Amino acid sequence: MRTKKGKKIISILALSILLLAALWVGGCGQKKDAEKGENGQTEKLSGSITVAGSTSVQPFSEVLAEKFMADNPDIQINVQGGGSSQGIAAAASGAADIGASSRELKEEEKKQGLKEYVIAYDGIAVIVHPSNKIDNLKKEDIKNIYLGNITNWKEVGGDDAPITVICREAGSGTRGAFEEIVMEKEDITSKAIIQNSTGAVRTTVAGDKNAIGFVSLPAVNDEVKAIKVDGTEANKENVKNKSYKIARPFIYLTKGEPTGAVKAFIDFVLSDEGQKIIEDEGAVRIK
Amino acid sequence: MPDYTIVESVKNKFNIVCAWQEKYKDNIPKSNSELWIERVLILSAGIFILAILLITLFIFAKGIPLIAKTGISEFLFNTEWNPLKGKFGIGSMFIGSLAVTFGALLWAVPLGLITAVFMAEVAPVKTRDILGSFIELLAGIPSVVYGFFGLIVVVPFIRENFGGSGMSILAGVFILGIMILPTIINISRDSILAVPKEYKENSLALGATHYQTIRRVIIPAARSGIVTAVVLGMGRAIGETMAVVMVTGNAAIVPDSILSPVRTMTSNIVLEMGYAAGDHQAALFGTGTVLFIFIVVLNLVVDIFAKAGISNENR
Repeated sequence: MRTKKGKKIISILALSILLLAALWVGGCGQKKDAEKGENGQTEKLSGSITVAGSTSVQPFSEVLAEKFMADNPDIQINVQGGGSSQGIAAAASGAADIGASSRELKEEEKKQGLKEYVIAYDGIAVIVHPSNKIDNLKKEDIKNIYLGNITNWKEVGGDDAPITVICREAGSGTRGAFEEIVMEKEDITSKAIIQNSTGAVRTTVAGDKNAIGFVSLPAVNDEVKAIKVDGTEANKENVKNKSYKIARPFIYLTKGEPTGAVKAFIDFVLSDEGQKIIEDEGAVRIK
Repeated sequence: MPDYTIVESVKNKFNIVCAWQEKYKDNIPKSNSELWIERVLILSAGIFILAILLITLFIFAKGIPLIAKTGISEFLFNTEWNPLKGKFGIGSMFIGSLAVTFGALLWAVPLGLITAVFMAEVAPVKTRDILGSFIELLAGIPSVVYGFFGLIVVVPFIRENFGGSGMSILAGVFILGIMILPTIINISRDSILAVPKEYKENSLALGATHYQTIRRVIIPAARSGIVTAVVLGMGRAIGETMAVVMVTGNAAIVPDSILSPVRTMTSNIVLEMGYAAGDHQAALFGTGTVLFIFIVVLNLVVDIFAKAGISNENR
C-alpha cells in the first residue's frame, strides 16, 4: 500500500514537472514567433534598434525603450551596456544604431562624424542637515570625507562633531556617477552607512544633524540642504552650463543623420513625454 | 480519579476499526467524490513539495558556482565586500546576522518567557485577555512599520544618548526583539497552558509553593514548547529584512561595538538586488544559499536539543 502511494506521488510530481516544462517551452515558442513578426516589415515604423554603451544611461534607455515599444509594437529596441567608450565606438562602427555615453566626447572621438544628442544631465547634489552651518565644500574635501580621511566637521570649518557618512549601495547608478566624478575611482570608506534608495538617503540625512549624503539633483527637497561645491550652487541651470562640477551629460550618438525608427525613438526621448520619464528616473531634463 | 475504563474501551474499539480498515483497505468501495478529493489533496501536496524543491534548486544553482569560484572559506570568512571589484567576502554579514539575532534573543527570550508565565499562571483572566489582545496587535504590525518606528524614534534616541550615528546593532537588536516577542510569548504561553493540570495539583499537594511549582514542574514540562518558541523567534529574527535594513546602517564591516553599524545577510540581498548583474547577482544568491543552509542547520541543532530534552524527561 505504501509503495502504491509512493508511485502515485512520483507520478504526480512527474506530471507537474512536465506541465511546468510545457509552459516554459510554450513561452519560448511565443517569444520566437513575436520576433519573427517584427522582422517581417510592412508598416511605416518597424525594425529593430540597438542601443549600446554607458551602463549609467542603460536604465534610462531601458525605461524609455519599454514605453516607446508599447506605443510602437512593430519596433524592437535592444538595450545593451558595455561602457561609454564602447558605446561611442559601436556607434562609429555601426555595430549599434545608437551609442550611449555618460561623458563628453574626446577630440579624436568627435572626428568620427557622429551626431550628438544630449538627452539629459545627471547632476548629483551633496546634501547635509538643514541646521548644518556648512554650506560650501571643496570637491577635494567631499572626496576626503568619503575616503574616511576627514571624519569631523570642524576639519572643514563646521562644528566639532563626527561626520556620519551616508552612501548608496554598490551597483547604484548614483553611486557609480559619484565614484566616477568625485572619488576618481578610489574606494568609498566601508564605514559609510548604506541606504538603498534616494528617499532613504534623504530621510537619513534629514534625521541626523551630522550626516552628509548625495542624491540625484531632482530629489533634493526642503528636508535637506544641498551644499555648494567649489562655490557653485547645485541647481539645474548650473548643471546645464557646466559650472556645477558633480554632473555629467547623457548623450545619444548616431552615425550621421538618423532616419526611420531610430529618428522616431530619439524624437520620443527628446519629447516632453520622454523627458518626463528621464526626470522620474532621477536625471535632470534638458528643457 | 478519571474513569480510565471508558477511555480504554473506546481505544480498543478504535483499534479494531483501524485493523479492519487496514485489512480490507483495497476492497472498501470508494465513492467518486472521495476519489477526487484524494487526488486533489495529493496534487496539492505534490505542488507544495515541487515548489520547495524548485526554490531550493534555483537558489543553489544560482549561488553555488560563484561560491565555488571564490572559494568557500574566502566567501564565508573574508570580510571584504566590494562586488564591483570582484571582492565577495560575506564574513562581516555573517557576523552581523549573528550579532543582531542573538542580541535580540538575549533580551526578548527572558522577557517573553516571564510574560508567558505571568499570563498563563499568575494574571487574572481579565488581565490575561487584555494582554493577549495587545500581543495580537503587536504581532499584526507590518515589519516596515517597525522599521520606520526604529528610524524615527530609536535611532535618534541612541544617537543622542549613546553616541555614534544611531544606526547600529543596538537599534536592530531593540527592534527585532520587539518583533519576535509575540511569537515567543504566544507559543510558550500555549505550551505552559497545555501542561496537564495534575502536575500542578500534585506539586502543590506535596507542599511546593506556586513559584517552586512554576520553576521546577511547569516550565520543565513545557520545555519542548518553549524551545519551539525560541526557534521560531530566532527564525523570524534571522530572516527579518525590512526593519533591519532601515535601522542598522548596513555598512559591510565587522562591528567593533554595539553602536557600530552592521549589515546582515538578508540586508545584503535586498540592498543590492536592484542593480546587481553577473557575478554580483550570483554573489547575492550565494549569500542566500549560505543563509538557507545556516537556517536549516540551526533548526536541526535546536531540534536535536529539544528531543534530547524530552527523552531526558521521560527517563
